[in-house]
Amino acid sequence: MRHTISVLVENKFGVLARIAGLFSARGYNIASLAVSETLDPTVSSMTMVVDAEDEKILEQIKKQLNKLIDVIIVTDFTKKGHVERELVLAKISYSAKDKTRLDAALDNTCAKAVQRSSGSAIIEIMGDQDEIRELLDSLKQFGVKELVRSGRIAISKD
Amino acid sequence: MKMNGARILIESLKREGVEVIFGYPGGQVLPIFDALYDADMKFILTRHEQGAAHAADGYSRATGKVGVCLATSGPGATNLVTGIANAYMDSIPMVAITGQVKSFLIGNDAFQEADITGVTRSITKHNYLVKDVKQLAQTIREAFYIASTGRPGPVLIDIPSDMQQQETEFIWPEEVDIRSYKPVLFGHPGQIKRAAKLIASSKNPLIYAGGGVITSGAHYELKKLVEKLNAPITWTLMGIGCFPDTHKLSLGMLGMHGTAYANHAVMEADLIIAVGARFDDRVTGRLDKFAPYAKIIHIDIDPTSISKNVKVDIPIVGDAKNILGQLLEDITKVPDTSEWLKAISQWKKKYPLKYQDKKDIIKPQYVIEQIDDITKGSAIITTEVGQNQMWAAQWYKYNYPRTFISSGGLGTMGFGLPAAMGAKIGMPDKVVFDIAGDGSIQMNIQELATCVCNKINVKVAILNNGYLGMVRQWQELFYKKRYSYTCLHNPDFVKLAESYGAAGIRVTKKEDVRKAIEKAISIDNTVLIDFKVEEEENVFPMVPAGEALNRMIEGLA
Repeated sequence: MRHTISVLVENKFGVLARIAGLFSARGYNIASLAVSETLDPTVSSMTMVVDAEDEKILEQIKKQLNKLIDVIIVTDFTKKGHVERELVLAKISYSAKDKTRLDAALDNTCAKAVQRSSGSAIIEIMGDQDEIRELLDSLKQFGVKELVRSGRIAISKD
Repeated sequence: MKMNGARILIESLKREGVEVIFGYPGGQVLPIFDALYDADMKFILTRHEQGAAHAADGYSRATGKVGVCLATSGPGATNLVTGIANAYMDSIPMVAITGQVKSFLIGNDAFQEADITGVTRSITKHNYLVKDVKQLAQTIREAFYIASTGRPGPVLIDIPSDMQQQETEFIWPEEVDIRSYKPVLFGHPGQIKRAAKLIASSKNPLIYAGGGVITSGAHYELKKLVEKLNAPITWTLMGIGCFPDTHKLSLGMLGMHGTAYANHAVMEADLIIAVGARFDDRVTGRLDKFAPYAKIIHIDIDPTSISKNVKVDIPIVGDAKNILGQLLEDITKVPDTSEWLKAISQWKKKYPLKYQDKKDIIKPQYVIEQIDDITKGSAIITTEVGQNQMWAAQWYKYNYPRTFISSGGLGTMGFGLPAAMGAKIGMPDKVVFDIAGDGSIQMNIQELATCVCNKINVKVAILNNGYLGMVRQWQELFYKKRYSYTCLHNPDFVKLAESYGAAGIRVTKKEDVRKAIEKAISIDNTVLIDFKVEEEENVFPMVPAGEALNRMIEGLA
């Protein structure tokens, strides 16, 4: 099962390596990771997405994360009300004749074109995973040349 | 007062109550050694950094205080690594201080540079790289606090040499408050009450105690619990000494080389009360067959230990001493254990711990029994790793905490001699024996020089069978006696000891064993006794790896 875990940590060098080490030592791949400062500049927030084949091992990892001295709070959003977003930048093949088609594809979606030039356009998509998947599907008709994703961030509803 | 970083370090260590540092000099710790030159601080110069780390570890295990070791950057620091990992696996409070290349050279592959905070990340409880001398005192304060509280462990502080030289105002932080580190000390009262109820309804309760009892200083409460419940108790290798071996409710050690009666008790118990133990694979044997009838109460300070290997019915996170104290109050009804104790005493009769003694040959177990008899069970015993360690665990009767000092989790050969050295410095009035094998002793034998130079009079008893005995035993039992690279060609240990300035005694006859031990204790020097013992003696009982605990090989018919 895919878990979205948020970890609040001391904003110090080396903390990311400690956290990554816990996952890598157990052969766990981090599917996505986003790190940033919070309102309190001494605290960083890490949102990570991991695929847990064995829930027991994930439970261990969460406990181990909590055990790290620099970790302040670990929250598993998976079973909690939360809002998740990810930013995607996609470079697609584009020429002036595609304008109508592209406008139609982006209309009423969470995406917009941030640059159009002859040869390519850069599309920004910001949304949840379903929205992003749908949009990427519809962009396929143009040909996606390059894709970067920010990694997911999440915030609890309460 | 303004001081340079090196003096701040020494001053801070004093404030932390440090009595002794074990270490080795080098290029990137010169300012620290300059400060040590006229500091009021005992420093023990070992002959290898690994020896310094193990000595700090042994000192800590014998005294309960934080052990401190010091090494230079690069190879000095990497030589500490085994010692740090050893302390980490056994939850020993230690502060390791390493020099580092100047802060502006870090990452440049400078001479003797190693990323030691990176290297030790997974074998320390926490580590620090000091990048601002103003942070040094605070860092040291935190390091000692983290090392010694909660589930203890080693903390490393890496100090670039320019940080040792720079000056700043020395301000000692009296308080330490780390928002992200708050160990839980008191158990959940509701959980303790549930445990008390479960205990009352049990018929075959068994207490299973580990090193956490010793760390927490909970041996008094543990004894009260055992006696209140009139329940048998078994312990792990790390738990040895947490309860008197000679007590009638004692079953000794459990697990791979535990007593048969302890292992049978585990398999038949309907309740296991685990205190400060972590259900290690050497303890549980085959996991899915472990304690099939037992509900489990698990008292541990480390939440990650709970339900890691064995599913726990009532977890209680906190300090063992506090929790046992509360539990003793909450237990109003105790189970009737008379039938259970009868079964136990039958196992004790049927499967006693035994070996086949011989007239004309020295049995290693016999040597340990004699050391036990002569020291009346009150010496501090350190061990190396392998057969020597298991025999020392089985055949010496430990009655006090902190008298058995052994590398449990990591199983580090070469631990015993430097650990004995550290223990002797911490407890100078105790007789300290390192029970060694002829293989292990050679992994840190250079520390004989440290012992002799500093008049640290430890006694080394080598159970010399000419083999890497434990590996040879596995080869005998599971690899058709194909003794692949386990036969050793050893030096003359007596001459070797003498060349270091220690006394050496060789014993080849059984009738000389006691005399040699008595003589070794009476000599005011480091003494090495080379006992030529039965070559192919095995440690029994033995639970083969991957077998259930009650599938022991007995060895003797």
